[in-house]
Amino acid sequence: MGLRGEAAIVGFAEFKHERKYEGPRLFTIEQWSELTAMALDDAGLKLTDVNGVACTDIRESGMFVPATIVEYLGQPVNFAERIDLGGASSVGMVWRAAAAIELGIADVVICATPALPIPSNPEPRAIDPRRFFQSSSNEWGSPQAEFEIPYGNLAQNCGYAMIAQRYGAEYGYNEEAMAKLVVDQRQNGALNPLAAFYGKPTTVDEVLASKMIADPLRMLEIVMPVAGGGAVVVASREVAQRCHHRPVWITGFGEHLTIKTPTYAKDMCTTPVGPASKSAFRMAGLAPSDIDAAEIYDCYTITVLMTLEDAGFCAKGEGQHFILNSDMTHTGSFPLNTHGGQLGMGQAGAAGGMTQVVEAARQIMGRAEDRQVSACDNVYVSGTGGIMSEQAALVLQGA
Amino acid sequence: MDLVKPFPRPSSTTRPFWDGLNKREIQIQRCEGCDSWVFYPRTRCPSCLSDQLIWQKVSGWGVLYTFTLARQPTAPHFAEETPQRLAVVELDEGVRMTSTLVNVDPSDIVIGMRLRPYFDQVSDAITLLRYQPG
Repeated sequence: MGLRGEAAIVGFAEFKHERKYEGPRLFTIEQWSELTAMALDDAGLKLTDVNGVACTDIRESGMFVPATIVEYLGQPVNFAERIDLGGASSVGMVWRAAAAIELGIADVVICATPALPIPSNPEPRAIDPRRFFQSSSNEWGSPQAEFEIPYGNLAQNCGYAMIAQRYGAEYGYNEEAMAKLVVDQRQNGALNPLAAFYGKPTTVDEVLASKMIADPLRMLEIVMPVAGGGAVVVASREVAQRCHHRPVWITGFGEHLTIKTPTYAKDMCTTPVGPASKSAFRMAGLAPSDIDAAEIYDCYTITVLMTLEDAGFCAKGEGQHFILNSDMTHTGSFPLNTHGGQLGMGQAGAAGGMTQVVEAARQIMGRAEDRQVSACDNVYVSGTGGIMSEQAALVLQGA
Repeated sequence: MDLVKPFPRPSSTTRPFWDGLNKREIQIQRCEGCDSWVFYPRTRCPSCLSDQLIWQKVSGWGVLYTFTLARQPTAPHFAEETPQRLAVVELDEGVRMTSTLVNVDPSDIVIGMRLRPYFDQVSDAITLLRYQPG
């Protein structure tokens, strides 16, 4: 059951991730066009080859998003998905695209997450009060509006912090291990010209000296918001054989959703990425020990720690020991987030998780230049949405 | 900008919980179908989907499951509360709820500590359920 491994990532595109974006302002649909053109060119395909799209939100329309995109691109499709999985959306796009291709619905699917600033509106609207509540819903009837927001439990930092605090109570918390994770990733990111922290490694002391935001999470353990965006082209075996690069076969996936607010998780220290990863490995016929590089969703350090454990790269409770005893740079014993992760690239909204997918493809295609992992054939990718609410995993393979 | 604190807006489903707090009582739902406690209030049980949910008064005592000190306000409305002592409380019945801790020094907060209710009447219509050391 599951994928046969007959669909592959055949091309990708990525905007430079920048704290201060000074390039031309484009609407989201215009960015969709840019990323599509770049990714198709990378693959060696044309617009008329495309017959599927997978998207998240666009700033120009709250509804009919796929239709708006395909009209703007000028290309009819047989498969259109709008994914609402937060940071897991990119992984969610890729497996849905692969499934559609294996079902014979589509041959070439564009999965894109544009996240550059749009042109400023000449008729700016009053500030929407909902923006204060960010990813928490203050709508009438929302459980968050009634039982979370009135106490101030909203947005992401405090939820992840409370998970980390609980983890510490159950398994112990070693802040130096968490800082070392940031250091290794930033060392990778320092080699990535598209990363916000390109050329800017950090140290354990610097991470530990950064401001406490929500105990035990410090500023440098939390992603920095940036402008960016990325896309991949997923194609059938037949199409993949005429593309420019080594195909990156999608051989396993899993997805698991549990809660919106961690208060209601059955066990706050067991995350949905466990079942998602188990499914992905089983489908691919691989074990965690077969993985050459892991591109793990890293909105916060605690997310990576718990994914390392729950995906099976180390035993439960052993994650900090594993981090301290592994070299997680691209030449190390356990290459992790070889692009710097989002802690190294910055997080461009929903595009954050796409950086992990793009980097996995880049590594398997052998195009990671200064940070190429040698003999990189099997890569694990994870995506995390909400507050460990919804997680998805991929196993990608070369040859 | 006038920042009105976001208060709960009870619905017909959830009103008994909020009415209870106004009377300094904690009422939560219990499922007669599978004998489990339910929080937050629902129309059907999240364990068995039964609609046979009844309201029962409980002590409201519990233990601290986890917490954080949010040193940057989670929204500008909470700026004067920083560090916000956000908490997840596990009631003696086993259900968890989100709350904030009061009457405790941040350095004395320990996961597993005994907690008892603190009824914080924030308007004529709404009492929030905060927690203090038990």
